[in-house]
Amino acid sequence: MTISPDFTPLYSLAGGLIIGLAASLYLFTTGRIAGYSGIIGGLFKAPTVFEKWRWAFVGGTIIGGAFVVRLAPEFTADLSATSTTALVLGGLLVGFGARLGSGCTSGHGVCGLPRLSIRSLVAVGVFMTTAIVTVFVRGLL
Amino acid sequence: MKSILAAAVSGFIFALGLGISGMMNPEKVIGFLDITGVWDPSLALVMGGAVAINLVLFPLILKRAKPVCEAKYEIPTNKTIDRKLVIGSVIFGIGWGIAGICPGPAIANLAILNLEIGLFVASMFVGMILFARFSHKLN
Repeated sequence: MTISPDFTPLYSLAGGLIIGLAASLYLFTTGRIAGYSGIIGGLFKAPTVFEKWRWAFVGGTIIGGAFVVRLAPEFTADLSATSTTALVLGGLLVGFGARLGSGCTSGHGVCGLPRLSIRSLVAVGVFMTTAIVTVFVRGLL
Repeated sequence: MKSILAAAVSGFIFALGLGISGMMNPEKVIGFLDITGVWDPSLALVMGGAVAINLVLFPLILKRAKPVCEAKYEIPTNKTIDRKLVIGSVIFGIGWGIAGICPGPAIANLAILNLEIGLFVASMFVGMILFARFSHKLN
């Protein structure tokens, strides 16, 4: 195994701590789990209830993302080389799978693991393994 | 109102963390998942850092009788490892491996305002809507 020259230990650790602080602030103030798929998915529940806090969390994320896009565009997504098929298929599977599995990287990972939730530990183990295998298989194609 | 503001500020800080950590860059995510290639361990530190700080703060927060802006905590109580959890995580993992984008970074990246990220987020929403429509049939 070769370690990539792109390894950014300081930035990634600092970013991880900031993500953790945001999740803790959210729990401390609103009492809820900062899981993106749950927060977004709730927008599509029927019958539709207008829950402002969901839009507020999503809106805050977009504004935070806008700062990153403006100040450090190299830290954001360059999808120019990603095929339309990968974007559509990836999006569909991420959206449906995260809802069926009751969470994604944020809900199960950032919040579930520190809650010592066995469900989250299983989910993280399964989606990490599956994602690693998917990337490996894509490399063979 | 305070609760709405708190949610917005939390989302804002979360996005800054996603940006600084490298999570908003799918190339970095794929570099982490590609363990048999030239491996970029960065994302282990993102998850490690986030989990470590919450391991300390969550128990302290949950010792308080209630959150600052709401009447009670809303913490998941389901403890059953069922097929939905496992199959959903498999599907999510495949999608994550295909595009290198999970829901938080997808939303944070919307500010790029290009067709590609719009297409991914729209597809993700369609996936979530399909779940909302058909989840009652999946038991």
